[in-house]
Formats: sequence, C-alpha cells, structure tokens
Amino acid sequence: MTLFIEQCLNGLQFGLLLFLLAAGLTLVFGIMDLVNLAHGSLYMVGAYFAATFAAWTGSFVLGALMALVATLIVGMAVEMIVMRRLYGRDHLDHVLGTFGLILFFDETVRLIWGPEGMSLPLPSWLNTSVTLLPGFDYSAYKFAIIVVTLAVAVFLYVLVMKTRVGMLIRAGASNREMVAALGVNIKLLYTLVFGLGAALAGLAGLMQAPILTVQIGMGENIIILAFVITVIGGIGSIRGAFIAALFVGFIDTLGRSYLPDFMRLLLSPDAAATAAPALSSMLIYLLMAVVLVAKPEGLFSQGGK
Amino acid sequence: MMSHLTPRNATVAALLVILVLIPAYTSLTGNVFMLLLFTRIVILAMAAVSLNLILGYGGMMSFGHAAYLGIGGYAVGILAFEGIHSGFVQWPVALLVSALFALVIGALSLRTRGVYFIMITLAFAQMAYYVVAGLARYGGDDGLTIQKRSQFIAPLNLTDKTQFYYVCLTLLFAALYLVWRLVNSRFGLVIQGARSNDTRMRAIGFPTYRYKLVGFVIAGTLCGLAGALIANHTDFVSPAMMYWTRSGDLIIMVVLGGMGSVFGPVFGAVALLVLEEALSGITEYWQIILGPLLLLVVLFARGGIDGLLRLADPKLKVGA
Repeated sequence: MTLFIEQCLNGLQFGLLLFLLAAGLTLVFGIMDLVNLAHGSLYMVGAYFAATFAAWTGSFVLGALMALVATLIVGMAVEMIVMRRLYGRDHLDHVLGTFGLILFFDETVRLIWGPEGMSLPLPSWLNTSVTLLPGFDYSAYKFAIIVVTLAVAVFLYVLVMKTRVGMLIRAGASNREMVAALGVNIKLLYTLVFGLGAALAGLAGLMQAPILTVQIGMGENIIILAFVITVIGGIGSIRGAFIAALFVGFIDTLGRSYLPDFMRLLLSPDAAATAAPALSSMLIYLLMAVVLVAKPEGLFSQGGK
Repeated sequence: MMSHLTPRNATVAALLVILVLIPAYTSLTGNVFMLLLFTRIVILAMAAVSLNLILGYGGMMSFGHAAYLGIGGYAVGILAFEGIHSGFVQWPVALLVSALFALVIGALSLRTRGVYFIMITLAFAQMAYYVVAGLARYGGDDGLTIQKRSQFIAPLNLTDKTQFYYVCLTLLFAALYLVWRLVNSRFGLVIQGARSNDTRMRAIGFPTYRYKLVGFVIAGTLCGLAGALIANHTDFVSPAMMYWTRSGDLIIMVVLGGMGSVFGPVFGAVALLVLEEALSGITEYWQIILGPLLLLVVLFARGGIDGLLRLADPKLKVGA
C-alpha cells in the first residue's frame, strides 16, 4: 500500500513537472499561434544554468533563482531575435525554424559546457526524506517539487484569471488582431509571454536536473510528452494542460510500475517481460489516440483554432 | 517548361548525370567513401520524395515520417535475424508493414488538422520508437546488426557496392516517376485541391479524407522501401533511425529542396547531406552553422533550392 502511495506521488510529481513545460508551450501556441519545438532547449538551458550557478555560488536555491532569471532572459532574447519573425507564418515554417534553433542550442551548449553533461547535487536539507504519514517516508526533494509546481500552477491561475496582464493574455488568445487594434502593446506582451514560457521550461529543467543528469538532448525526449499533453488538453488551454499533464504523469508512472506485474497474470513471464516495457511506454500515446478519436481538438479546446 | 533549357532544368539534368556517374568516379579514383555517401543520399532522397507527396502536394505536415524508415528497416532486420534472408520476402513485408502502420496512423491522424496533425504524427512516431527500443530480443536500444543483406536471384548481389548503389538509384527514379504520375493524375489534383481548400473540395463532392489517407499510405509505403534499403546499406538497424529528429531531417530536405516540385526533395537531400559532410569537415560544431542556416532558409528562401533556380530563370517573371 505504501508503495502504491509512493508511486501515486511520483506520478503526481512527474505530471506537475510536465505541466510546467506544457503550460509554456500551450501559452505560446494559444497566444502567438507559434509551434515551438525549441521549448525543450530552454528546459535544457535552465538545467545547465542551474548546475553552473549552483556550483558557482555554492547554494542550490540561489543557483536555481539565478538560472530562472537567466532562462527568462534567454527566452526573451530568442523571442526578440528569432520568434518575432516567425509569427503569422505557416506552421511548417515554425517547425523548421525552431528545429534549426534546437540544433543551434544543442551545439552551443556542447561548445560552452562540453559533451560530458553535468550533475547538480542536492543540498543535504533536501537530500533526505519526510514523513508524510506515520510509517510512510517520501523523498524530501520530490515532495518539494510537488509543492513548488503546485504553487506555480496557482500563480499561473491567478496571473491569467485575475490580473490585467492575464486578461490581455486571454484576450490575445481569443483574438490577437482585436487586442492589437485596441492599443495594447502586443509586441511587449508577446515577449513577456514567451519569456514566461521559457522560465517555466527552465524551472522544469532545473528541478529535474538533480534527479536525472544534465545533458545535451535532455529536452528532446521530454518535449514530446509536453506536446502530447498540449494535444490531449486542447492547444491553448492551460486548464486542459494541467489536467492532461496529471493524467499523463499518473498513467506513465503507474503503467511502468504495475503493468509488468499485471501482464504476468495474463501472459507467460517471458512474454510479459518482453511486452510490458513496450506497452507501458505506449500507454500515453494510446491515451492520446483515444482522446483525439473522441475529440479531435483535445479535451479543453479553445475553439476556432 | 520541360522543353526549355532553363537554369533549373539544366541543374536537374546535371545532378542526374552526376548521380549516375558516381560509381564511375569511385572506380576511377578509388574513393569508396563518395559512393557510400551517395548511396545514403539516394536512399534518404527517396524518403524525402515520399514525404513530399503528402507534405508538398497534400499539405499534410507529417512529423513522423522517419518511423517508416525504421519500420522498413526493422522488417528486414528482424526477418534476417530470424533466418529469412530472401529479399522477395523481406521487401514485400517491409512495404506491407509500413503500409499498415501508415493506414492506422493516417486514419487516426487525418481526423485532426493543422498543428494537431503535426503533433499527433510526431507522437505516433515516437510511440513506434519506444516500441522498437523495447524489443529486447532484437537488440532494444542498441540496435540490431544484420549479418546478411537481402538475397535476390543470381546476378543481383546487394553486397556489391556498385550494384547496390544502382539498385537504390533505380528505385529513386522509379519513386520520382511514380510521384510525378500521381501528382498529375486526378488523384493528385484532388489532394492538391484539398491542400488549398479542404472544405470546398468536400462541398463539391470529393471525400477528401479517403484521398488523403490513400496518399498518406502511399507515402508511408514508399518510405518503408527506403527503410529496407537503408538497413541493407548500413547492415544495421537501431531505434535512433526513427527518432523524431530524423523526421525533422526529412522535412528539412523537402523544404530545403523546394516543396511542391517533384524533384525538389532530391536537391534537398543532396544539399543537406553534402553540407553536413562539408561543415563537419570544417568544424566539430557544424550544427551551430546548420541551425541558423535553416532559420535563414525558412525566413528568406521559402521556395528552397528549386525556387531559387526558378528565380534564376530569365524567362520567368517573379511573382507572376
């Protein structure tokens, strides 16, 4: 039973982390109508910044905060130099242009930090476990991730639903031209939104860094999951991204831990050992297929896109 | 157009001659690397030609086309691993499995449009990637070495580098001819019509979904054949050949060469792979040049190489 709770928490943690990535993607798509494949590069850049700054300052938290600001700046710079020129163009142009950016980012990181990858060690106060229930301990760091990401989710909700900037963001998502026509500085808004998305991706990257190693291409694996989430949730919908991210996090984590046992009940041990890993990595894609068959625009589509 | 000796047609002809003469160059100079490089170029050009059918003409932005390379390749690899070496079995199986995969993926993906289509094809290709990476019996992540190339009847021997090159080249020409015939047929006009205005095509009575699905399956099958070839070329298959960035490479070839031109993807494949080779000779960090270069092509040279060559034609007025 404690194992099950632990796996559920792992699923929650993974899902929330994916939400950070998917939220940025879906915001950028919803408002600027931009497909950004290079979102995973910002995730990677955030992790590299964090590992560097943490080693530099000797403090994990300080390093993380500096990395967050640095990723925000990188994001806004990318928006001003490149992305701005891609708005209003064909999606295929976005795909190609941002694919070029991925190559550029990967190689730049290799040039600056070398090909080996880095590690971001946890400080001792996070590298312990917390007792959540009597007799049930959970990794303090993973618990911290859950707390931080939930706080970010609440922050995003308040930002988008309750503030003036959020009002502009929502207005921009439903009708860009009208917002611009009403005298809103849409250029600045775009830069801010892209920077926010970049910072969220950087946050996901730097939080994942102590669990996995920091390496080139780390963003390319996880970004596909973020795409799946935005598609399931409905592109442009932060609420959809949140729910879909939790779904995907749970299904992926629980599938990987319980599917092998479950299949052993149905199949011979040999067949189960072969089929289970393949099937568990397929699960979320199957989920996506089912959702798209039922609702081709995702669960919480904004419509009109 | 075809009768004029325009700069574009001259370049096409020159490239065709170069492709045909590559083995002669190799036997004269002993530069085997050139032959191997061009075998790879020809095979990937074929994959790009197949992608161009749906991307350039059908407007279907499939971002999972490398999956068929992997499926075709693994069909050959797995059969060889299980002791079936006959190409008469391996290749039809490769085509059939690719066609089936394309049918299922296409039937689901074509229900969506726009960016959903890009992402769903991408995700399905990743799914195939993970499935293959999970096949522990066939090497999993590490891939599978193919001990023996596909066997055909007596004079045809794929282990002979020159013969293999000409087999690939012949199939590339056949693929080009097929695509050329297709896009000029009624079928091709329907999918091009659906690209411009799907609603209107349906309104005048064309079940565009079915047409697009057929196009999608043909493109997938053709790419599966390229996969069977590449497995024979490298004597090795691994999940890496169907990773999503490989699909990106194929899209680059199509766009770089020029979409909506039958021969464009061949330009693109040659340009991209020769450029990769040349840049990696200059610096280890060649992608730092290639990335921004792509961005520039996207921003300033939408028609790709084919478009540039057409611009160079004095008889054609730009923007007409």
